[in-house]
Amino acid sequence: MSYVIIAGISFPIVEKPEAWYHFPLIPGLGENAKIIFFHVPTAWITVLAFLMSTIFSIKYLRKKDLDDDGKSQTALELGMVFCILATVTGAVWAKFTWGEYWSWDPRQTSIFALLLIYGALFALRSAVENEEKRATLSAVYSIIAFVTVPFFVFIMPRIMKGLHPGSADDTNAGPVVNFKMNSNMYLVFVLSVVAFTILYFWMWRVGSRSLNIKEKLLKNYR
Amino acid sequence: MKAYHLFRKDLFSEIRNRYAINSLAMFIIVTISVILFSVGEETISDYLSGGLYWVVVFFTGMSGLARVFVSEEERGTTLTLQLIARPETVLSGKLIFNLVLTLAMNIVITFLYSALFPAFVIKSLMLFFITFILGTLGIAISSTIIAAIISKAGSKGTLYPVLSFPILLPLILILINLTKISMDGTPFGEAIMDVLFLASYDVVMLSVSYLLFDFIWKD
Amino acid sequence: MNRYELKLDSLTKYFGRRLVFRDLNIEYCQCGIYGISGPNGSGKSTLLKIIAGISTPSKGKIIHTAEGKEIDTAEIHERIGFVSPYLVLYEEFSCRENIEIMGKIRGIEPDEPHITRLLETFGLADRQNDRLKFYSSGMKQRMKFIFALLHKPALLILDEPTENLDNEGKNKIYELIKNYSASNIVLIASNEDSDLQLCTSSINLLEHK
Repeated sequence: MSYVIIAGISFPIVEKPEAWYHFPLIPGLGENAKIIFFHVPTAWITVLAFLMSTIFSIKYLRKKDLDDDGKSQTALELGMVFCILATVTGAVWAKFTWGEYWSWDPRQTSIFALLLIYGALFALRSAVENEEKRATLSAVYSIIAFVTVPFFVFIMPRIMKGLHPGSADDTNAGPVVNFKMNSNMYLVFVLSVVAFTILYFWMWRVGSRSLNIKEKLLKNYR
Repeated sequence: MKAYHLFRKDLFSEIRNRYAINSLAMFIIVTISVILFSVGEETISDYLSGGLYWVVVFFTGMSGLARVFVSEEERGTTLTLQLIARPETVLSGKLIFNLVLTLAMNIVITFLYSALFPAFVIKSLMLFFITFILGTLGIAISSTIIAAIISKAGSKGTLYPVLSFPILLPLILILINLTKISMDGTPFGEAIMDVLFLASYDVVMLSVSYLLFDFIWKD
Repeated sequence: MNRYELKLDSLTKYFGRRLVFRDLNIEYCQCGIYGISGPNGSGKSTLLKIIAGISTPSKGKIIHTAEGKEIDTAEIHERIGFVSPYLVLYEEFSCRENIEIMGKIRGIEPDEPHITRLLETFGLADRQNDRLKFYSSGMKQRMKFIFALLHKPALLILDEPTENLDNEGKNKIYELIKNYSASNIVLIASNEDSDLQLCTSSINLLEHK
């Protein structure tokens, strides 16, 4: 419950950054930059959820406990939602900063790949009837997908030139988050990341618990 | 040795039933002609033709490479195979079969493609040859393990490209890049990083396949 | 003379979250015929698959020992013969081709007299060059026995062995099982009384819920 309260308190702060009086704009980005409070946390959660889903998948393969599969699935579902959010907020931001919604920047391509992997996992899960088989197959697939991720990291910069801050050929020295943020902004940013993470964990706990309880109840009616 | 006999069995069975070869052959024709029709009177650039070459390879592969495991599952012979061979033997046998199939498919595609697309000219043949071999290996390995996964699931046909694409995407991207480089006539030495990367993809996928196959194969 | 032993150590299997059977503790040390009974869906086939090393149990383990040495799970398939209604052989090949292919994949030398004897025992000698897809269901069932006995297993696992067979065929199988059990272990899972009468002892899976 305390998580909810914290999340509830931090939400208004995130949503109304204009309530903060002293709020300088990042040169070159202007008001657009405020989307950073959504974009970065959602992207971070996307990766975190995928990581957690893979970890619980591995745990399932070792222990064969269906509860772990439930936890993995919940992380997957939440990850998908945040992945879509990150993609959309990123595209909107890109439109106003780089001029195009989508330009196959390395990181855009990476999140696209992640979106594909999430989609493939859902397609796989819905195609298998047997619970155990479903858990095993999706665990195996997410591990295979997980090992391909480093390859994306390597290949992207070789094919396209980056627009994101921190890219290998970042010549225009874009607005690198950590250096150019005003302290107020930085506070909001950190709070937002923390709040989103807490929100995610809370949703994940509720989700995985209810899923596992549902499965246990359903067992009695089968 | 046992894996080789398993491969022989599959080859024999393929010659009698033609599970995969027919659809592979048709798909080569279909994808190439679709590209030819959509190009029409336009001239396509060199780089574009290099990219489209791998598009043909990908789609053709998606039509037939799943058969190795799906045919066993559909005929109900999975149990027989489980009773006569270790999981590693099964995977090795199936891998050899898919490798041969992919190699044959890619050779046919390469000849047809270079005959039909004048823009597809490779200047650095050595580099392209190595790219071709390592790419064939990578596609065969990834498609075999994904075939094993989907053979245990429902709606196999549509699931296969959906599951394979994210796994094959980094491979295809690097293959397209290397093809471009070899079209420029870059000597082998300058592209060594990309080739090494390609080889490491193959090795990683191979080891992950052998590690995880047990889980897929056993009930 | 047979030194093959099979031990089930507190074997438990769940299907998803549903319990199939619990705490099976059995030892099969002597040669002979042993039965496993239980109504449909009680987990007979599942148990046999676990014993054969194809399925993994949720808890507990199976231990196969030959000459006092424990056999690795990956090698169990070399020691057992398995007949099951779910078993399907390669129908695009003839009986003879199936035998040859199986032998090669198993990596065993072809033992011609043994193969001929098997073909004659099961009455498939005249039709050994026909493809399996032209066989009747009874002939396919007999073919499964050839498949199971080809590598002379020390443990024969039979799931509903007399399915699809006429009386004559049944009696032949019973005779064979009796002879085979003199020097090997035979496990039978069935609901047919005539099958279970062969067994010296049998367990009922319903008692292990």
